[in-house]
Amino acid sequence: MNPSPPPPRDPDLLEEALGLGRGGSPPWRLAFVEDCVETSGAFVLHHFLKRALSTEGDGTVVFLGLAQPFSHYDRVLRKMGCNLSVQRNKNKLHFIDLLNLEFLGERRLSNEKGENDIEIGFMDLYNRILRSIEAIRSKDYNGGWTTIIIDDLSHLEIAAHGSAKHVLDFLQYCRSLTSEMDCSLVILNHEDIHSSDEALQMLSHLDYISDILIKAETLSTGIAADVHGQMTVIIKDAPGGLIKKLHSFQFKVKENGVEFFYPGSRF
Amino acid sequence: MATAADGRLQGARSANTSSFSRARSSPSAVLPSPPNPGVKLGPNGATFVSSGIPDLDRILGGGFLLGSLVMVMEDADAPHHLLLLRNFMSQGVVHRQPVLFASPLRDPRAFLGTLPSPVSSSKEHRQRDTLVDHNQQDQEKGLRIAWQYKKYFGDQQSSQNHNRDVKQEFSNDFDLRKALERQHVQYIESMSIQDIPHLTILRDRCSNFLSGLPRSDGGNLSAGRIAIQSLCAPQCGYAEMDWDLVAFIRFLRSIIRSSNVVAVVTFPTSFLLPAFLKRWQHLADTLLSVRAIPDEDKDMAKLLTGYQDMLGLLHVHKVAQNNSQVPTVLEASTFSLKLQKRRSLVLERLNQAPVEASSGTSYSTSGTCSGPSKGSSLDF
Repeated sequence: MNPSPPPPRDPDLLEEALGLGRGGSPPWRLAFVEDCVETSGAFVLHHFLKRALSTEGDGTVVFLGLAQPFSHYDRVLRKMGCNLSVQRNKNKLHFIDLLNLEFLGERRLSNEKGENDIEIGFMDLYNRILRSIEAIRSKDYNGGWTTIIIDDLSHLEIAAHGSAKHVLDFLQYCRSLTSEMDCSLVILNHEDIHSSDEALQMLSHLDYISDILIKAETLSTGIAADVHGQMTVIIKDAPGGLIKKLHSFQFKVKENGVEFFYPGSRF
Repeated sequence: MATAADGRLQGARSANTSSFSRARSSPSAVLPSPPNPGVKLGPNGATFVSSGIPDLDRILGGGFLLGSLVMVMEDADAPHHLLLLRNFMSQGVVHRQPVLFASPLRDPRAFLGTLPSPVSSSKEHRQRDTLVDHNQQDQEKGLRIAWQYKKYFGDQQSSQNHNRDVKQEFSNDFDLRKALERQHVQYIESMSIQDIPHLTILRDRCSNFLSGLPRSDGGNLSAGRIAIQSLCAPQCGYAEMDWDLVAFIRFLRSIIRSSNVVAVVTFPTSFLLPAFLKRWQHLADTLLSVRAIPDEDKDMAKLLTGYQDMLGLLHVHKVAQNNSQVPTVLEASTFSLKLQKRRSLVLERLNQAPVEASSGTSYSTSGTCSGPSKGSSLDF
């Protein structure tokens, strides 16, 4: 689409792996970012957020902040050269603050009623996302790509009191929203919290509906100051399909961005 | 005085809006730190309170972050987590910060009787004074420092002096053998979580505690502390309430995030399912674990210097990263808990003992084998 400008410094391995051309729409709908206690994958979300809101692309973002308050993201992104408050005022970012989200309220209600509460809560949340996308597209919309980012899924599960069924239903709705409204969905999830059988089912379900899986792990040799972890990007040819491509590289997180490099190519 | 206060205010504001951490480390930026000695400004607009163990503060890069949740994984066999909780609360008492203590003990007040009091030696008589009349001294100090600034305006030396002053008061050494006097402890709010089948009461207490905190005015930050002991211990009766417990932790995390409170929650890991244990760990901003060391482990004793003096091990799994995406990579993550002069807690990096008769191949993991280990071996 656009003439590709010369690479600023190192080629961005993550962008390359994800097939993201500058300004264009990503060739996928749903990306899962999986991390673990030792290595946080939140920086991938920041990366997506910055990329979507960068001046070259005219992308827009709906951000569901469950894990951190807005001030946190604002500070982190400002160091990366992106002012979220300005973007919010420009109607390019809709931040939905869900830090206190809880569907059941304080008391545990009777079972049927409780279940309904979760459903109502999720429906409400879905409508908020929908309204945000509509609000973004109502005025001076220039056809930019919209990304929905959820940080993070495990908090959604806690808010739903562990009802995997409702969480999966919600994700299914969000997924259909991506094709309906022509947008993409990026979700952070923790891989290591799904170790029991029941939860493993959830993980495989998530695996199935995703187009792209981005895994952030610690190095097998342990944590190091120069290499913060390794990243595996798995690209599937269709949801539930075979693995089309697999990229693996290492990363180092810095305040103003992330460095990606192949193992052994540095230090 | 007015100009000094203005400067302080301005400094606080710039600290909040500055997006570059580099600027904070320059002396001029650190200079207008709030006059409250219990609170310290750090990079990324962070404010720290002391954990009550100076070594731990240093390891964590300044102390416990205000607005963060610190979780400590307990050892099943030893009460080392109580050492951390005691020092944490005592430091709060010394700094006149409101403290809420929730415990599965039937009588949490009795536990508060065991809080250590600050070490008073002739060398550190300033610290002894802090307890006596804290506020008055603060104001005097603030005045004196402001006056000094005027005198040595632009002089780096004075700001460094100031830094040192603040640092000295920020954290105290505590004497584990000497209990804090009753009249100081009585201000700690305490509650028993034993036989309370609902977490609602604990939630209400926490939110009431937060809403009862004095509002921070101007540059004078006031901090609060919440300490919760053994959250999922069986005597609390939270069986089959896994989701309620994680929901509570998420709730606690979200309410303190926007406040000047740090919460320390200790929990026994053995009562949690592995998947939930990971969830708890993910929810923690700072994650520590304590472990006892077996008394008669000959192999370990051969391997590590000062093994006899060790009380236990402290492991740092995760350091709070509010307002930043860069993970903190520590040089070492396991430290030995020791008693210095049989009274105050110190943390030391593990040192590998030289292997006998093969000094050529032996290496020491670090050069930080500091004085205390030598001294304490004599004491014991």
